[in-house]
Amino acid sequence: MNYVFFFLISFGIVVAAITGNIQSVTTAAIQSANSAIERIIQLMGIITLWLGLAKVAEKGGILRGLARALYPFIRWLFPSIPARHPAIQSILMNMSANILGLGSAATPFGLKAMEELQKLNQDPKTASEAMCTFLALNTSSLTIIPSTIIAIRLSLGSENPAEIISTTLLASATATITAVLLDFYFRKKNSARGDGHSI
Amino acid sequence: MINVFTAISQWAIPLFIFFTITISQFRGVKVFETFVEGAKEGIFLSIKLIPYILGVYVAFGILKESGALIFLLSFLSPIYQLLGIPVEIFPLMIVRPLSGPASLGITMDLLETYGPDSFIGRMASTIDGSTDTTLYIMTLYFGAVGVKNIRYALIVGLSADVMAFLSSVFFVKLIFGG
Repeated sequence: MNYVFFFLISFGIVVAAITGNIQSVTTAAIQSANSAIERIIQLMGIITLWLGLAKVAEKGGILRGLARALYPFIRWLFPSIPARHPAIQSILMNMSANILGLGSAATPFGLKAMEELQKLNQDPKTASEAMCTFLALNTSSLTIIPSTIIAIRLSLGSENPAEIISTTLLASATATITAVLLDFYFRKKNSARGDGHSI
Repeated sequence: MINVFTAISQWAIPLFIFFTITISQFRGVKVFETFVEGAKEGIFLSIKLIPYILGVYVAFGILKESGALIFLLSFLSPIYQLLGIPVEIFPLMIVRPLSGPASLGITMDLLETYGPDSFIGRMASTIDGSTDTTLYIMTLYFGAVGVKNIRYALIVGLSADVMAFLSSVFFVKLIFGG
């Protein structure tokens, strides 16, 4: 991200200098900074609302309910984790939070899951199969309610801010299926070669 | 079929809110107190986002107003036309796996420029909503437990991202029309 940031700004200024448009850089910088603050103020309301609801969902066991529904799926995806191992619970909670678009609630569960998986790992410097599967699931992020995006759409005057729920669900499901299949392929390939990183 | 998806979109949030507060209430959770407790975190989170969004806004503001963005995109547009993806989405696709707040800034910028209900607006919304910060999560999660060799995890994660980009384009065209 540091390189991207550097490139965007320096390239912009160089182009402006060459095309004799240098005063536009000053105006653009100041105006963009102003409108960034305006946007955030508009977003604050909905981010706050959603995190309030997220807390209620967590305390009321909604996340745990969703986690229970996902249990068979997770058992099937992680054959190397023993039943009732605490890693399973953390993975389930992380996935449930991701599905509901509660990204900030997902991270602590995800880090806990990695700790538990590391306890099962035979070679602590190398990622285990279960870790790779978990990361594949996590980064492809199956999502039902992309709450932040809906908030932005609403603040910018969209006529139907939630209309992208369906396309988001379909696209993220495609990504998750791709990730699961690829992960399965690599796992099989490695075990066929008999390389020593089982579990 | 399209109506089913419209219905999912319309009902998802009301149902989520309804079931969350109703189930919690019956389980003896102090709903309002808990809500306020969580909402406090929302204020801090919004403030934490400010520097990220501001940085991206300024960088893109300079890039756009200087004419450099049009120059860059004109290079890439033949490839994108071939794939049927609007070239304006390109910056979002590059930044999305790297940083959540930064890609949120780009999405906001695209929605503001083209309108949230435009083709580009819907596509940017879908791409940002359906993917995650793959490189950031890998660094954070593997780094936290000291794993150095991440084997095939990165290639799986990035392939899933590319798949999400392409299917976002496909489904937005299918459901809303291109």
